[in-house]
Amino acid sequence: MTANSTTVATLDPEAIVSKSTGMWQLTIRRLFRRRSAMAGLVILGILVLIAVFAPALAPYDPTMSMLDVDPPQKIKARTAPCIHLLGCPADQPQHIAGIDGNIRDQFSRLLFGARLSLMVGFSTVTFAIIIGTVLGALAGYFGGWLDNLIMRVMDVLLAFPSLLLAIAIVTVLGPGLINALLAIGIVSIPAYARVMRASVLSVREMEFVAATRALGGNNMQILFLRILPNALTPLIVQGTLGIASAILDAAALSFLGLGAQPPTPEWGSMLGSERNQVFTAPHLVFYPGFMIMLTVLAFNLIGDGLRDALDPRLAHSSG
Amino acid sequence: MMLQYILRRVIASIPVLFGILLVTFVLARVIPGDPCRAILGEKATEEVCARFIEEKGLDKPIVTQFAIYAKDMASGNLGESFRLGLPVSRLLIERLPTTFELSLAALIVSIIFGIPLGIISAVKHNTWLDVVTMVWANIGVSMPVFWLGLMLMYVFSLMLKDTPFWLPPSGRVSPGIPDTPFYEMWGWVVPETGLWSAFLNFSGRLNILNSLLTQNWELLKDSIMHLILPALALGTIPMAIIARMARSAMLDVLGQDYIRTAKAKGLGRAGVIFKHAFRNSLLPLVTVIGLSFGSLLGGAVLTETIFGLSGVGRTLYEAITARDYGIVQVFTLVIAFVFVVINLIVDISYAYLDPRVRLN
Repeated sequence: MTANSTTVATLDPEAIVSKSTGMWQLTIRRLFRRRSAMAGLVILGILVLIAVFAPALAPYDPTMSMLDVDPPQKIKARTAPCIHLLGCPADQPQHIAGIDGNIRDQFSRLLFGARLSLMVGFSTVTFAIIIGTVLGALAGYFGGWLDNLIMRVMDVLLAFPSLLLAIAIVTVLGPGLINALLAIGIVSIPAYARVMRASVLSVREMEFVAATRALGGNNMQILFLRILPNALTPLIVQGTLGIASAILDAAALSFLGLGAQPPTPEWGSMLGSERNQVFTAPHLVFYPGFMIMLTVLAFNLIGDGLRDALDPRLAHSSG
Repeated sequence: MMLQYILRRVIASIPVLFGILLVTFVLARVIPGDPCRAILGEKATEEVCARFIEEKGLDKPIVTQFAIYAKDMASGNLGESFRLGLPVSRLLIERLPTTFELSLAALIVSIIFGIPLGIISAVKHNTWLDVVTMVWANIGVSMPVFWLGLMLMYVFSLMLKDTPFWLPPSGRVSPGIPDTPFYEMWGWVVPETGLWSAFLNFSGRLNILNSLLTQNWELLKDSIMHLILPALALGTIPMAIIARMARSAMLDVLGQDYIRTAKAKGLGRAGVIFKHAFRNSLLPLVTVIGLSFGSLLGGAVLTETIFGLSGVGRTLYEAITARDYGIVQVFTLVIAFVFVVINLIVDISYAYLDPRVRLN
């Protein structure tokens, strides 16, 4: 918050307007100055590394029972974590996050789960942004009955709590990870459509749009080359925060048994299948949930930081 | 002016309500699988199924089915659950109080903790208090409801066992505690059907209200103890959102010139904060509180599942997976309807608090 005054002072206002890269550089610089956003970026960076190097980092195959590894381990299902450094006897095999109900190494499953969660977040939001942007742009740009139709459909979608609607859609499509992703993608479309429509409405009547039209630009050129770039800022903020809620919703669906199916190492379903063991094997509930929280937290922090960094009003007033 | 605005908003929500009606209808039709065998079992013969389908009107053209559906819903004829063999209206009256009590408790938790936290954070801007509160708020919005619920359960029902802080892990009331509804206690005659009977049945099942009306302190204590954990789990996300919103709204207002004027006039700190600043930061808060209610209804599915409460959310989830058309349609409809009405109330209160909105 306090660092902004210096950024503002050193910038030539004309440079920001004439070069679009200037704005992004400025944004990134502002983002890096925010401790909370930095924390988010660091957490996300670690998660991405975990996801990429999961096969190298994981001590065991995430779907393999400890009875089938070489050499087979005589270990009971849901054994509590055993960490040699923390005084676990050396003759016991080390499992730093314990053993799950199917005698698998939970730590390995947690690492592989990072892949799924990040994939879920990015793919659903990309899907929703593409469709939402097109719908919102059409509604805002052409107005009239098309606007009315599209936005009323969006209103209806928004009239259902998102998780309930997602549950209903998954039931129609059938349980499974891909269908869960599709359901979450569909329920998040209205948010992007609204953002896009609002942005289009705010710049539709501006001079530079009229100028493009006067120069013979067609509707598509105006929409995608002139209007869309102006709507990117709110879309990016909404998208980052959207990833957070998409991951939460996907985890909830998997928790209810409607998303990723066993033996897929997905945090929500890991937690869901062991939830009745919370009193006897709390490690099987605690760790997957903690990982979900950490991932969601990272995106929330980055999203908030981006919103502040991209908001010129804040940049000038709070310095 | 105000009346005109309200009227306009109400009319504007009619197409949405119609859309909801259409969606719930379509939803129940496209759920895969044959409803007959889903309800009567895999071994039902063709003959039995044919009779079943005719009886339930499932063989009529889809448009006719929709017309029948719309008419039934409008006249309060909510149909029945094929699977449970009970009228849906009765299920609704039985299950809605649980969800209502839970959502309200969660909302209260989120408001009474969220607003003060936000205000403190704003007033003590950039101090460690602000940082700690906002770190907590950020963690709060990032927690999966079901995880938080299970962790609370672990801490309060297991770790704190045999201490005064122990709380029950599931259910609404402990077995054996009398929960005679107030109307029976007072000897009222309850009609078999009708709105009055529905209302009495509904309010009699709101345990806290009922225990207060009948002065049943044992029931009051027991229901509150059962309500604390689910309400905390469900209320945490909205609490964090409200705290963040309250903080940024307060910060906005505290930076205004009239606050400086008020301070310059020698007004006390508390006077400035509550009379001048807080009142003007209420506006965005109303919106956020209203919108939180929607997430509460969604979160209720998870919370009710974890804490073994048979409320609307859990019943709906079970009905969807069991392809129970009757329940799915009506329960989804009711939830969406409540959602629309809350949004309407938010809009109207917004216009009431800020006259500029009405002119737009």
